[in-house]
Amino acid sequence: MATTDALEPATTRRGYPSYSRNVVQRLLLNREAAVIAALVVVYVYSLVSVDFFDGPLTTYNILKEYSPILLMALPMTLIIITGEIDLSVASTLGVSAAFCGVLVKEHGVDLTTAMVLTLVLGIVLGAVNGFLVAYVGLPSLAVTIGTLALYRGLAEGLIQTDRIAGFDPKWQDWPTERIGGTNVPQIVIPVAILAVVFFVLLHFTSFGRGVYEIGLSPEAAHFSGVNVARTKFLLFVMSGLIASLAGLYVMLRADSAATDTGIGFELKVIASVLLGGVSIFGGRGALHGVIAGVLLIAVLNSALLLSNQGSEVIQIIIGLLLVASVISSSFLSRFRELLPRRTASTNQVSGQKSRKAPQ
Amino acid sequence: MSTDLLVEPSRQSAGQRALTTFLRSRELSIAIVLVLIVIAATLKRHTFVFSHDGWRDTLLTPSILLLLAVGQMVVIVTRNVDLSVGSVLGITAYATGKIFIANPDTPVVLVFAAGLLIGAVLGAMNGFLVAFFRVPALVVTLGTMYAFRGYLTHQAGSKRIVAGDIPANFEKLGTQQLLTVPVLTLIGLAVLAVVGYYLHTARGGRELYAIGSDPDAAHLYGLNVGRRVFGAFVLSGALAGLAGVFSVARYATAFAGTGRDLELQAVAAVVIGGVAIFGGSGTVWGAAIGAFLLVTINRALPILGISDFWQGAVVGGLIIGAIVLDRVLSLRRAHQLIEARDVTEEEG
Repeated sequence: MATTDALEPATTRRGYPSYSRNVVQRLLLNREAAVIAALVVVYVYSLVSVDFFDGPLTTYNILKEYSPILLMALPMTLIIITGEIDLSVASTLGVSAAFCGVLVKEHGVDLTTAMVLTLVLGIVLGAVNGFLVAYVGLPSLAVTIGTLALYRGLAEGLIQTDRIAGFDPKWQDWPTERIGGTNVPQIVIPVAILAVVFFVLLHFTSFGRGVYEIGLSPEAAHFSGVNVARTKFLLFVMSGLIASLAGLYVMLRADSAATDTGIGFELKVIASVLLGGVSIFGGRGALHGVIAGVLLIAVLNSALLLSNQGSEVIQIIIGLLLVASVISSSFLSRFRELLPRRTASTNQVSGQKSRKAPQ
Repeated sequence: MSTDLLVEPSRQSAGQRALTTFLRSRELSIAIVLVLIVIAATLKRHTFVFSHDGWRDTLLTPSILLLLAVGQMVVIVTRNVDLSVGSVLGITAYATGKIFIANPDTPVVLVFAAGLLIGAVLGAMNGFLVAFFRVPALVVTLGTMYAFRGYLTHQAGSKRIVAGDIPANFEKLGTQQLLTVPVLTLIGLAVLAVVGYYLHTARGGRELYAIGSDPDAAHLYGLNVGRRVFGAFVLSGALAGLAGVFSVARYATAFAGTGRDLELQAVAAVVIGGVAIFGGSGTVWGAAIGAFLLVTINRALPILGISDFWQGAVVGGLIIGAIVLDRVLSLRRAHQLIEARDVTEEEG
């Protein structure tokens, strides 16, 4: 955690020099810690006061339902930290499920081969986004709204009216089987491995440093030797690959691929990433916060469903949490300016905010 | 302000200049695509335009997206975005139905006013959060999109407003025509004309462009950025509210899912219409043509022999094509300006 705090930008709008505060404050007074604390509070509260929340199915269902969101949130975190966005993930997920289903059911391809081909498709779809954003220089918001429609359209074109169902049970059961006697489905194994991979990639490699630098200032990153275009390109490729992996999982879990598979997931993913403390302006955020953000939404959802609240309540809560999270950071930064600092001379950075990215 | 001009004032007459601007405009290219699609569809099937229903649908179907696109354009030009319009539309559509259930004799004008007002209030919430807390619009409106939709689902549940709840005179308005042009489209076009005129000529409108070009510069120049951005969100909300009333008039139904996914369509229409997603450039006319194009292409594709399952793909390709085109055009313009500067430097 100390590493991520050290990366905290000194020049963003929420900017304050990290080391003007002591180590306890640095570890506890940040967005990630706040999200994790909220997660723990909600979880403990639900265990105590929501009936059946401590039952054996809760953990299992949470992990089963939210694995795709968690998967897609990993590369999305890195993309948003560079100041870009990928709205097309849910459509990539949908078209991957459709593509794999069509290969297996209409062309008689072996399921394992079809899954490998689908992952290749994911890479290609991500590369299209990455090429347009990184090398053509188009705004990612506009590009991925386009590919959101395009990829969803491809899924619809591939499947047409059919719903493809009935896959090889060997593969179909694997992701949702429990690990040993625990309540953890096996899909968590690849999710956990990927989470560690992305955590290391973002926080402990020069590539990850480059991701933060790009988010803070693309020009400065370029001049300090970061290959901005290649980094962004690779991130979008990763996003496509992971989204198609999530698509395969969703397809196997539901034992079907339909035109609306995964529809609307993109906003859920982005909502969890932003809730996890990643700044939409780029340059700030950490992966453990994002994972806590996804789990927070998952636990809230599960607890509310168990207390007989409809799914609309969770929507309202996600919405309010999102708004509250951005407002609180705007408030916090003003509040912190009033706090005593270690060194007075480093206080001068939080004046004019730099509005580099739109929205 | 400076005598050292980058480009000489044009020697062409005002008329000539207006003509060249028109011929080179980004909107014209989109309009040509739109016209070509309509012609192609009509050649294939005459009833596409040349029948009572075909003509009416050609004009009527885009009217809802037209309103959303106009509102969205005003927000996007200030370098913000409003993702909550679909939810706002849903809420006002349902509220319209509720008003009629409570009192079937409510004057139609009052219902339109109520829709505008509800939308404006919801838009004001967005605007307040974005402008006064200085937080990113994408996050705030994503949040309010969920919150408004959740509130609507909470209120509506699985209930539906059905045609029986809507008084006949209001339902008739949905298809009523004036000189063969549907009334709803006329209202939409009137809104378009007013907003377009305001953006083009009024001080407030020009300030919106200035804010979108560079918010910091606009602030330093002394513009009240917060107030203008707030105003843009109120307008976007109000127009989404009006679109909600339209939606009830047109489809005679409203339920918890009304208007879902329309927000991305509205953004897509604006982008296709040549409005820069980073703000500061583009026209509301372009956004309107973009809305017409999006809706018309959906109607035309099955006639042109492309299965409607591929419609989404075509629309997506169109959006990508539009942004690539914008990029090429802006690069060319940048080159021209650099050349003009070099020439001036050599002369000087």
